[in-house]
Amino acid sequence: MQSRPAPQPGLTFEYLMWLFIRISGLGLYLVALVGVIAALVMGARTQIDMGTLIRWTFFPNSGHVANAGVDLELGWVGLLWQVMQGMAVVFGVTHGMNGLRNILEDFISKPGTRLIVRVIIILLWVLFLYAAFTLVLSDTL
Amino acid sequence: MARERNVGVFDGFLYRGGGPMLAWLLHRISGIGIVVFVGLHILANAFNGQIGSAINAIFMSWAFQLLIFFCVIFHAINGLRIIILDLWPALLEHQREAIWIEWGFFLPIYAIAAIVIISKGLAG
Repeated sequence: MQSRPAPQPGLTFEYLMWLFIRISGLGLYLVALVGVIAALVMGARTQIDMGTLIRWTFFPNSGHVANAGVDLELGWVGLLWQVMQGMAVVFGVTHGMNGLRNILEDFISKPGTRLIVRVIIILLWVLFLYAAFTLVLSDTL
Repeated sequence: MARERNVGVFDGFLYRGGGPMLAWLLHRISGIGIVVFVGLHILANAFNGQIGSAINAIFMSWAFQLLIFFCVIFHAINGLRIIILDLWPALLEHQREAIWIEWGFFLPIYAIAAIVIISKGLAG
């Protein structure tokens, strides 16, 4: 088995993705922290159970707390949460797809195979973004 | 810059990297786990409510939650370690100690999560 070629120095795609992975990782921490703190301020401690709170923390979509019986009009739905979900989706899906590419390309040495894998991953990336944004955009009162 | 890096799978197994290598390996495995589980969750809920409910039933089971919580918590804590070591490269001198500190954070957090998940699962 042959590994992929060693990365080149400079402002390359690989370097930019390396940087993006770190920034999006911190961004996902930010989204989760804002989500969980706001949920506790909105009364999550007495209104919803721990599993529901954690689902909200990962992805602040009203569908994640609707079953808990909270009054969604008290701040659980709105533009702020759509922006937070959008950040979680863009950071999360791109982070995940690049990670998948990173792992796969460690086992690929032929440029042709790498091209096929990259096209498939870009298609998956678009599909996940489309599917997730249909959920985000429909999350209104 | 380009070097010969032809290392076979079996040579890879013989490489005894210790703690940092285990963290690297678990980071990849947990990353794939998150991509698969979160991807299925998004697709099932966006495109098909019935398949979505069937998959959610699996995702709600306590055995599955033990697995996905391991993936998410480990990936998050290990990722934070990588970011911190990358931001302050001087700390790389202590990278093996960083692995121990990382497990010191991971084990209690995962233990609390596991106790809650299992006790809720056994209670029905």
